[in-house]
Amino acid sequence: MTAILQQIVNGLSLGSIYALIALGYTMVYGIIKLINFAHGDIYMVGAYVAFFAVTLLSMNLGVALLLAMLAAALTGVLIERIAYRPLRNAPRIAALITAIGVSFILENGGILVLKPDPRAFPDPIRWRQIRLMGGSLVLSTQDLFIVGVTVAMMLLLVYFVQRTRTGRAMRAVAYDMQAAALMGVDVNRTIAVTFAVGSALAAVAGVLVGLYYNRIDPLMGLVPGLKAFIAAVLGGIGSIPGAMLGGYLLGVIEALVGGTQFSLFRDAVSFALLILILLVRPAGLLGRNVREKV
Amino acid sequence: MALLKTVDLGVAFGGLKALSGLDLELEAGELVGLIGPNGAGKTTVFNLLTGEFAPSQGEILFDGRRLGHLKPHQVNRLGIARTFQNIRLFRGLTVVENVEVALHARMAPGFLATLFRLPAWYEREAAVEARALELLELMGLRPYARQLARNLPYGLQRRLEIARALASRPKLLLLDEPAAGMNPQESRALMELIRAIRERFQLTILLIEHDMSVVMGVCERIVVLDHGVEIARGTPEEIRRNPRVIEAYLGEEASADAS
Amino acid sequence: MVRRYLRAGNLAVCALLVATFLAGQVAIASGWLNPYYQVQLFSMGINVILAVSLNLINGFTGQFSLGHAGFMAVGAYTAAVATTRWGLPFAAAVLLAAAASAVMGLLVGVPTLRLRGDYLAIATLGFGEILRSILYNVDYVGGATGLLGIPRLTTWPWLFALTVVTVLAVKNLVNSTRGLALKAVRDDEIAAEDAGVDTTRTKVLAFVLGAVFAGIGGALYAHYFFVIQPTTFSFLKSFEILVYVVLGGLGSITGSVVSATALTLLSAALQQLAALRMVLYGLVLVLLMIFRTGGLFGTWELSFEAIGQAWAWLFHRRPPAGDRAPLTAAASSPGSATLPDLPEVTRDGAPQDR
Ligand SMILES: Nc1ncnc2c1ncn2[C@@H]1O[C@H](COP(=O)(O)OP(=O)(O)OP(=O)(O)O)[C@@H](O)[C@H]1O
Ligand SMILES: [Mg+2]
Repeated sequence: MTAILQQIVNGLSLGSIYALIALGYTMVYGIIKLINFAHGDIYMVGAYVAFFAVTLLSMNLGVALLLAMLAAALTGVLIERIAYRPLRNAPRIAALITAIGVSFILENGGILVLKPDPRAFPDPIRWRQIRLMGGSLVLSTQDLFIVGVTVAMMLLLVYFVQRTRTGRAMRAVAYDMQAAALMGVDVNRTIAVTFAVGSALAAVAGVLVGLYYNRIDPLMGLVPGLKAFIAAVLGGIGSIPGAMLGGYLLGVIEALVGGTQFSLFRDAVSFALLILILLVRPAGLLGRNVREKV
Repeated sequence: MALLKTVDLGVAFGGLKALSGLDLELEAGELVGLIGPNGAGKTTVFNLLTGEFAPSQGEILFDGRRLGHLKPHQVNRLGIARTFQNIRLFRGLTVVENVEVALHARMAPGFLATLFRLPAWYEREAAVEARALELLELMGLRPYARQLARNLPYGLQRRLEIARALASRPKLLLLDEPAAGMNPQESRALMELIRAIRERFQLTILLIEHDMSVVMGVCERIVVLDHGVEIARGTPEEIRRNPRVIEAYLGEEASADAS
Repeated sequence: MVRRYLRAGNLAVCALLVATFLAGQVAIASGWLNPYYQVQLFSMGINVILAVSLNLINGFTGQFSLGHAGFMAVGAYTAAVATTRWGLPFAAAVLLAAAASAVMGLLVGVPTLRLRGDYLAIATLGFGEILRSILYNVDYVGGATGLLGIPRLTTWPWLFALTVVTVLAVKNLVNSTRGLALKAVRDDEIAAEDAGVDTTRTKVLAFVLGAVFAGIGGALYAHYFFVIQPTTFSFLKSFEILVYVVLGGLGSITGSVVSATALTLLSAALQQLAALRMVLYGLVLVLLMIFRTGGLFGTWELSFEAIGQAWAWLFHRRPPAGDRAPLTAAASSPGSATLPDLPEVTRDGAPQDR
């Protein structure tokens, strides 16, 4: 029993990472119906920016995090402007292919520029272990920190989307781009903001994962990117609470599978979950279904 | 016995009852009009008949068989073909190929014969092409046979849809606003054509059309829908004078004028 | 009857094939083509098979699969197990590989082909990864180390014959009434159903056939490169095959053949710089989608008719014939978009846009 509880606790940190990346996926998909394959690589960009900020510029972690968010946001906006905007009215598959191309460029550009070898991410904070239930359940302050930052980010995001003008514009564009444009919403700007916000969140995930695993490499975005996408679909793509739910659910499921003798099938389980949800409930847990009109 | 009979047919989308309680009967060889204001549920009737939607109530009997649970391609093979209100051609295919697609189900050569170009393939392909060209000839599209369908002018695209529908040898042809977007002259020519193909192929036709002069001129009977329910049926003369129909349409014209 | 097959075009193609085959045979046997270039030649053939078979699914049928490496893996592993573990002859191994991939195609296709566009893409990618994860964990096929010491049974005649069979079979299919059903599904699934095309069956058929050829490609791969590992068949391999298809043109066999060949050479030239190659691939994808969605060739196909027309145009200033001979591929201008439109975007032929 406590073993299972322990796995769930372990899953929360990973789930936070997935959730933060999934938020960007879900926002971008919600607004321009694009699986932004490059999103996982933006998370890598964020991690590296923070890495260099701390190691080369000896910034403190908080400032480095802000810098990473800024850099990732810029990267996201730039990618949207150059690669996706020209394709806004093209078939969606064209945009998907472009996204795959962008992710090739970021990953392998990263290998060329940053060297393929992993680097040790500096961790200036001294984390402590908290023992609960007579020592059988171990919790690290790091886990608490990661979950705390993630939840704070999500609350900020919800506030932003629900309460600010730009947030309302985002929802309007996601609902009906043409109508929003007619109502005077600046569609291009709104989409750019969406990319900026999603990318900044990915950068947060990048920094957190750096702290968590203490290592980063140019291909670090590949698998978590896919997993986060699964999380977004699981929760219901286009839905912000859905992305959170999906992220945590996937993180916990992976941790639970990891604790059994089938641990090597962890990735297979995640992908099987993806296919299952696509087939049984393509709108995800919290999403709504749309049907084609004849 | 009627060729087509629907009993208490209806469908709902979420809370919206797009169609309910429709009892429709078509005798073989009839040309019946289906009219009603925008959103009345006309296209929905077609989507139910062709198997695009599964009915949420009632049933459909066609040529002695129950439809309703069949997929569109199965319905098509039983003898119902349609055209679409928003033209749906195979845009990347040529005009003649568009028709050949509809011949595929009945006439295509076998799979292995196709992969390895066995002698049977050559014979069948030639037959398919000849048949397709024949249909194009009939619809006045022969000169455009090798053009891409998406490059055809709008009026001809509508004709091509009819040619494609005819290629599957339907007993019942469903035409969804075939004259939409045509000038009066074009639509009159189209109606002549529809009459002619009905004779030639001994078709039963259900026609949705907004242009009243067209409907009144060509249909023997008319069924009127409004808000998903039938509000009238009868000869063009009866319909023209029916107060409920006038009311339904006046409501619409008032809103159409406003927009 | 026989004369039908003895048309000038067919004879010329046969002559060309025989000449190519003999040239390859002589070049290899005499040692004129050194081992390094032999590897490139064999990679070309295998990549052509993979590209053409993926084009059948993605280009001609409009079903966006990202799981092609998975089918290749099924073929590679099946064939390798057949020869190394069961001692079967290569021919039997290839047949088994094809059959196993077909089954896999069916298993993946039947449930997922209900999905459309990007969802199908991600589901097929998922299936590929599940398969890889299983290979990783099954000791019988070597787990993470994979299968080693596979005999080199892929000879030039095998490679040549299977490449030609793949290309011709796909070409024959897409240039026929049955092929029209595939393209109809690509252009408008709803209209295709209503025109009597069993779209589910058609899609599954294209998927299974594509899987079969990918499996054959995998069998050839395993028996040329001695070693297969789960990592060889990751989704990055699927992406690579996708690059061939997109660059050549979704819906152009000629394009797939040319781009698979050219990119194999390019990657040989950049062997020391794998990352640079992938950056270039990325740029290719992005630039193509923005400036030339149809790829290099659009839906254009090389054929004797096309050559004849080009000839007439060049030397006699005659415009290409309007009413081409029956049964030639419909060649639209290269560069025209052939990407499948997704259904959520309502397609309208409303009068105002003409
Ligand atoms: N797939 C669907 N999902 C949800 N609602 C639908 C669907 N198809 C039709 N409807 C709704 O059903 C009602 C009837 O639509 P239908 O297309 O049958 O009208 P119509 O009589 O053909 O109108 P028009 O003259 O504009 O073509 C409309 O309110 C429409 O919005
Ligand atoms: Mg309608």
